[in-house]
Amino acid sequence: MALITIRVNGESHQFEEDQEVPLLYVLRNRLRLTGPKFGCGLGQCGSCKVLVGDVAQFSCLVPVGSVVNQEITTIEGLQSDTGEWHPVQQAFMEEQAAQCGYCTGGMIISAVALLRKNNQPEDAEIREALNGNLCRCGSQARVIKAIDRAAKADK
Amino acid sequence: MKAENSHIVKAGRRDFVRQLGTLVVGFPILSWNNPGEVIQDLKLPGSLSRHPSLDAWLEILEDNRIRVFTGKIELGQGISTVIRQVAAEELFADIEQVEVVVADTGRTPNEGYTAGSGSVKGSAMSVRYAAAFARKKLCELAAAKLGLSDDQLILQGGVVSHKSSGKQIGISEILNGQQLKTEIELPVDLVSQENYRYVGTDVRHKAMESIVAGKPWFVQDLFFDGMLHARVLRPTTFGQILPDLKPEDGKGFPLEVEVRRHGNLLAFVSEHEYQVVKAYNRVRSMISIPDSGTSHGDLRDRMAKFETENEGQLSPLENLDEQDLTWVEGSFYKPYVMHGAIGPACGVAHYDGTELTIWTHSQGVYPFRSAVSAMLDLDEENIRVIGVPGSGCFGHNSSDDAAADAAVLALLYPGKHIRVQWMREQEHAGEPYGSAMRMDVRAGLRGDGTVATWQAGIWTDSHSTRPNSDAGTLLTARHLPKPKPMSGRGYLRGGVRNAEPYYHVGMTEIQAHFFEGKQRVSSLRSLGAYANAFAIESVMDEMSMLAGMDPLDFRIKNLSDKRAIAVLEKLKATTDGMQLNDDEGLGFAFCRYKNNDAYCAVAARVKVDNHGQVEVEELWAVLDAGEVMNPDGLINQTEGGMIQAASWTLMEQVTFTSEMTTSRNWGTYPILRCPDVPMVHVDLIRPAGVPPLGGGEAATPPTPAAITNAVFRVTGKRIYDLPIGTVSLDG
Repeated sequence: MALITIRVNGESHQFEEDQEVPLLYVLRNRLRLTGPKFGCGLGQCGSCKVLVGDVAQFSCLVPVGSVVNQEITTIEGLQSDTGEWHPVQQAFMEEQAAQCGYCTGGMIISAVALLRKNNQPEDAEIREALNGNLCRCGSQARVIKAIDRAAKADK
Repeated sequence: MKAENSHIVKAGRRDFVRQLGTLVVGFPILSWNNPGEVIQDLKLPGSLSRHPSLDAWLEILEDNRIRVFTGKIELGQGISTVIRQVAAEELFADIEQVEVVVADTGRTPNEGYTAGSGSVKGSAMSVRYAAAFARKKLCELAAAKLGLSDDQLILQGGVVSHKSSGKQIGISEILNGQQLKTEIELPVDLVSQENYRYVGTDVRHKAMESIVAGKPWFVQDLFFDGMLHARVLRPTTFGQILPDLKPEDGKGFPLEVEVRRHGNLLAFVSEHEYQVVKAYNRVRSMISIPDSGTSHGDLRDRMAKFETENEGQLSPLENLDEQDLTWVEGSFYKPYVMHGAIGPACGVAHYDGTELTIWTHSQGVYPFRSAVSAMLDLDEENIRVIGVPGSGCFGHNSSDDAAADAAVLALLYPGKHIRVQWMREQEHAGEPYGSAMRMDVRAGLRGDGTVATWQAGIWTDSHSTRPNSDAGTLLTARHLPKPKPMSGRGYLRGGVRNAEPYYHVGMTEIQAHFFEGKQRVSSLRSLGAYANAFAIESVMDEMSMLAGMDPLDFRIKNLSDKRAIAVLEKLKATTDGMQLNDDEGLGFAFCRYKNNDAYCAVAARVKVDNHGQVEVEELWAVLDAGEVMNPDGLINQTEGGMIQAASWTLMEQVTFTSEMTTSRNWGTYPILRCPDVPMVHVDLIRPAGVPPLGGGEAATPPTPAAITNAVFRVTGKRIYDLPIGTVSLDG
C-alpha cells in the first residue's frame, strides 16, 4: 500500500492503494467513474481507454502507481465545465454512432487522442487510430463517419 | 462430457414454412377521437392477447406523462425508442412525455425472449394497440366527466380540450389517479400512416446521451453500498473437476478474498474487485492446461458420419420426370461462431432471506426467473428479475449464467449485493456458441435457367438452449453441489431456418440431421439461416454462371414474390456499371429471413491480393422490412448485421481440441478491426400499407455468400468452408 495522488478530469484524488492496481479499477470502484469499461483486461479491446495526457491508454493495463500526477481524462471529463459536448461526443450523437454503446467511450477517447495530434485525419488514419478498439455490434462504419464529422466541425 | 450422437428428422415442405402468429394489420383513417376505418376480424398482437389488461402496458403519471411497459429488453437494437414512438403516436402525446420501462418481472408483461427480430411485431405492435385503446377510453371518460360529447374533444399532449368552450382536463385528472384496468378489445382505431408524427421517422435513441457522456447505463455499472465483487472459476477443460486450490497456494502476497468451493465452482468474493480478480487469476494459473493441438478441422467430416438408416446418400428425387438437368453440387461448412460481447457478462443479485432480486441483461427475464427458481428450489414469486442493458449480444450468451452465479452467491451471502462479472477467458470459452453446420446441396437446373429441383442435407446441433424451467439451461446449475444437468436439447429446428430456398423450385427435399457436439450451443443472430443462405446463395451463383445469366437476373427469374424481386432490382440499379479493378469482384446474395420476414439483398465488393488475402471493401444492402418504425435505427441494425457477418465470414471460428476450447481471448479468436471494416450502404424499400416484418437480423444470412461469390468472381475459387481465411490461389 502507498499513498497515491492522481489527477482525474481536473481534480486531485489522494488514497491508499497498491501501486500495481490497474487504473481501471480505481476509476470505476473508488472514483465511481464507470465510463471506462472492463472488456478483456488484456489491452485487446479498448473499452477501458482513458487519456493519460494526450495519449489514449488501456486503463486495464496501466498500474495506478505509474500515472501519479499525470493528467488523466475519462469519457466523463470531456464535456466542458458549462456542460457543452466535446465535438467528438456531439458527432457520435449526430451520427447515432453506437448500438449497445459498451465500446463507445473507448472509441471516443481514441478519437479525441487522434484529433489532438492530427486535426485533419485521412480515413485510413482514423481507422488506424481505432485499431485498438473493438466493436461487436458493427457500429464502426458510423464511428468512422462521426470522427470525420468531428474533425471537420472542429476546424 | 457430452456424447456426440445424431438424430434424424425428415421434414416436409410445409413444416419449414409454417409460422405461428402471423399478423395482418389494416391502417384505418382516424380523425382524432372519431372512429375511422375500424379494424375487424383481427387478433390482438401476440403479447397483447396474452396480457390484454391495459394497465399491463401503460400507466398515466400525475403530470400527464405516460409510462409504457415492455417485456423486451434494450440490447442496443433500439426497441425502447420504437416503443416510445408508437406510444406517443397513438396517445397523441409529445414523445418527451413518454418513458419506457423494459423487462422486469415485477413490472412488465411476460413477453418471453427478446429474440428472432420479433420485438417490433410482438411488443411495439402490442403497445400500439394498447395506446390506441387507451386513447379511446380516456376520451370516453373525459366526455363523461365534463358532461360533453366526445366528438367535441381533442386530446393532445396529455390534455383533453373541448373545441368550443376551451375547457381542459389532464389525462391524470380524468382517471382520478387511478389506472385504466380494462381489457383491450377490438376494434381498435389506429392512427393512419399519413398522420404519423413519430412513427417512420428517425427519432434518436435517448440512451445515446448517457452513452457518450459515459454515465452509468449497463448492468456492469450498477453499484450498491457494501456490494461484494465476485469471480467464479468453473471447469476449464471439458468435464474437468476443479482441484481444491486457494490463492495462498500460489506465489505472491496474501489476498483479502474469501474463497468458497460450491460444487464444481470456486467463488472468490471481496469488497475489492481487483483483489478478487487477482485471486481468480492466481488460482486459474495453477490449473494445468493440456496441450494437444487444435483438432476442430475434422468436425466437418465427423458430422456427416452421424448417419442413420433413413439418410443414405442424397439421390435424385423420385418421380422426377424431367431429363437433361444440369446438376450443381456442393458441401458447405460453417464453424462454431461466438457472440463475443465486448463486455463480459455481469449480474448482480441480493437475497434478503425471503426475496431474491437479480439484475441482469438476460434476453428473457421471465424464462430466466423460471430457470433460477428450478436451480435454487425457490418459488418464482420470491424472485424478481430486473432487466438492465448490457454489452451487445445477439441471442443467448452468458448473460444469464453470470446472473445465475450472482444468484447462487447471494443465497450464501444474505443481505449483501453480489456482483459477478465474467473474465474475458470465461466469456470466450464459456458462452454458448452458434452451432457449427454442414450443408450438402444438390440442385438441378433446366436449360431455360429455372431451378427444377433442390435437395439439401443439413447437419446441425441445437440453436437454442435458452433458459427455461429446466435449471440445466443455466451453466451454473450444472456445477452445483447437487448438479442439475440440462435435460433436453433445446430448439433444434433453428438449424433448418431458411434451409428451403425462397425461389420457385419444382421439387424440394430437405433432410435435417441433428448432432450433439461437445461445445455448448444456443441461439446466435439468425440461427441456421446464416449457414443455409450461404449454401443456397453459393449454389445459386454457380447456377447463374451455368445458365449464362447475370446473377441478379437469374435470381429474379426464379422468384415470383414481387417484393423479393423489388429488392434485387434495386440492388441491380445500385451496382450496375460499377468499375472494378482486376483484383476486385462483385458478389450478390438474397434471403427472405425465415422465408416469412424481411427481404434483404446484399452486394459485396471485395479485393483479393496475390497472397489470397481477402478484403471486403464495400457492402450494400437493400431491405424491405415492411412498415418501418425508425428508419435510421433499422439502417444501423442492418449495417451492423453486415459488418458482423463479414467478420464471421472472413475470419471467425471457435477452435478446440478434444480437451478444451482454445479460443480464449481476442488474440485466439480475433474479429474484424476498424482498419478492415468495409464501407456499408443500406437502402430501405418501404411499401405503403404493409405490416412490419422482423428486420434486425435480415442482413446476416445474405452477407456470407455475397462475399464468397465476389471472391469467386475474382479468383475462380468457390469457397465451401467458412471462414474464408486466406484463399488458396494454386491450381
